[in-house]
Amino acid sequence: MVEILLDATVRAGTPILFATLGAIINERAGIINLGIEGLMLIGALAGFAGTFVSGSLLIGVLAAFAAAFIAGSIHALITVQLRGNQIVSGLALTMLGIGITALFGKTMVGRTIEGFERIAIPLLSELPVVGRAFFNQDLLIYFSFLLVFKVWFFFYRTRWGLAVRTLGENPAAADTCGVPVNLYKFLAVTVGSGFVGIGGAYLSLATTPMWIENMSAGRGWIAVALVIFAGWSSPRALFGAYLFGGITAMQLRFQAMGTTVSAHILQMLPYVFTIVVLVISTLRLQKGASQQPESLGLPYDREDRK
Amino acid sequence: MKKLLLFSILLSACLAGSAFAAQHEKEITAGFIYVGPVGDAGWTYAHDQGRLEMEKLPFVKPSTYIESVPEGAESARVINGLVRKGANLIFTTSFGYMDATIDVARRNKDVVFMHCSGFKTAENVGTYFGRMYEPRYLSGIVAGKMTKKNVIGYVAAFPIPEVIRGINAFTLGARSVNPQAEVKVVWTQTWFDPGIERDAADSLLDVGADVLAMHQDAPATLQAAEARGAYVIGYNSDMRSFAPNAFLTAPVWNWGALYTRLATEVSTGTWKSTQIWDGMKEGLVELAPFNAKVPAEVQTLVTGKAAAIKAGTFHPFTGPIKDQAGNEVVAPGQVPTDGDLLSMNYFVSGVQGTIPK
Repeated sequence: MVEILLDATVRAGTPILFATLGAIINERAGIINLGIEGLMLIGALAGFAGTFVSGSLLIGVLAAFAAAFIAGSIHALITVQLRGNQIVSGLALTMLGIGITALFGKTMVGRTIEGFERIAIPLLSELPVVGRAFFNQDLLIYFSFLLVFKVWFFFYRTRWGLAVRTLGENPAAADTCGVPVNLYKFLAVTVGSGFVGIGGAYLSLATTPMWIENMSAGRGWIAVALVIFAGWSSPRALFGAYLFGGITAMQLRFQAMGTTVSAHILQMLPYVFTIVVLVISTLRLQKGASQQPESLGLPYDREDRK
Repeated sequence: MKKLLLFSILLSACLAGSAFAAQHEKEITAGFIYVGPVGDAGWTYAHDQGRLEMEKLPFVKPSTYIESVPEGAESARVINGLVRKGANLIFTTSFGYMDATIDVARRNKDVVFMHCSGFKTAENVGTYFGRMYEPRYLSGIVAGKMTKKNVIGYVAAFPIPEVIRGINAFTLGARSVNPQAEVKVVWTQTWFDPGIERDAADSLLDVGADVLAMHQDAPATLQAAEARGAYVIGYNSDMRSFAPNAFLTAPVWNWGALYTRLATEVSTGTWKSTQIWDGMKEGLVELAPFNAKVPAEVQTLVTGKAAAIKAGTFHPFTGPIKDQAGNEVVAPGQVPTDGDLLSMNYFVSGVQGTIPK
């Protein structure tokens, strides 16, 4: 039973995990991105269409990354180059994503593809309890494990990562050190958006291999909240995404097993957890351990330096 | 052949035109308010198919539709917009548009409004819905015959009478041919979220269900059944392309028949405000064609029951019916009134699950 629950947790959490990692990359560079929901939809459609046309899942995933990368560059152009309002631009991106995927997705409705299949890793997948959940999954899930590590490694073990983190904390300092501020910010937004797109593609290529309008159904907004929940750290994003995925999976399975607990109470659990975690993280904040990038949401202009 | 048909239609139209020249035939400009996107492959898609069929009528001009309109007071603005655009027949296709429809209708007496699934009417507002429990019962028979483990899973959206009635009819159908069959219910608390629907379906398969049914707007349940080699009953529209091996049949809507009739009534001035609750007899609801995997004897059995329902000689909720606790809720030989059916809030015996209060 625990095995099945863990397995369902990982599968439900993965799209949110990709989206959260993408958002973290954005926000580490100081750019708030509220376009996550729209980017997920763009990724979902591009991933599905790419696979449908080419017959290759890899091309689908690349298409999802590329489409979200391009859509993210709109947000980057407005917020980095033109120093526009990040909240407004992000919200516009979400609306654009919903509209544009509805328009171009019409011909994809009702089409079918072969989605991602599970690939068992020899020996490891035989492990009790965790074997099935972590080592008998599809390639995108294995990629998500790698990405969690890569994002952490990039930010804390490379010079470029340090530079990008500095952009979020104090862009003027980075500028003084000769970091190409706008270029790095632009790349953080677009590459981060690309990973959000892969999160959307997980929905249309693995969870339910099909395209339906609005199929992300609010997961992008959960990711936006999870960034704060995770304190802008990729390992904690993994934990947060699985927590949310796990609670949903758990309450559905409790119902299937015939518990007498009211479904309404079970459905409240994710939100109760959110409040609990927010309280805990706020308490930690009061101890002076704020993880929010200092310059998050502020446009940077060399001429306006204080 | 097609040309011949067209010719005969034209000819009869001319003849009819001359014969009823005195009867003024109004041109219809229809407007539709949809709760979801047309591309949902489910509820809204089925309504849109109905719209397209209605537009084949010669006196119906191209209609306007607006997708994903939020339910509630805000929808009044959208409905008003359709009136201003010149629509003279407006369909509001979700329960939550009820008060907004009544409100806009009061100020636009020359426009006919049809509200789907509600209970409020006015001089120029009628309601319409379908007796979906009839084909649900029939699909239950198929499920009851096809299950080997006697465990059937049912992915359900919200605990409202419409959904509960469907689950009960389905269970009664399944138990009529297989008294051992149990129907396990999982509530998703959403009409549309493919990820959660898929997860709910998987959770039912995990506890041993080998046939699934669902009351959701997306076809995710079908994919879950296909991936695990189970059988599945669809809903809303014929979704077999999502599960070519698992799909058995589906209770489906056929709004085209009703929309065509209503447009004709409004056009000829014979429309009157009523509460339409049509069933299989009128063709508003039906069972999608069987998959070849359904044995011929089961097909014959179901077709026979369908004929009895259409003829009015059989009602799926004919007593004796017991609820989960074993209390008799419908006496032997009795049939609940439409009022009882519309407010149904209990599970019949054979359903495993609870109705959240």
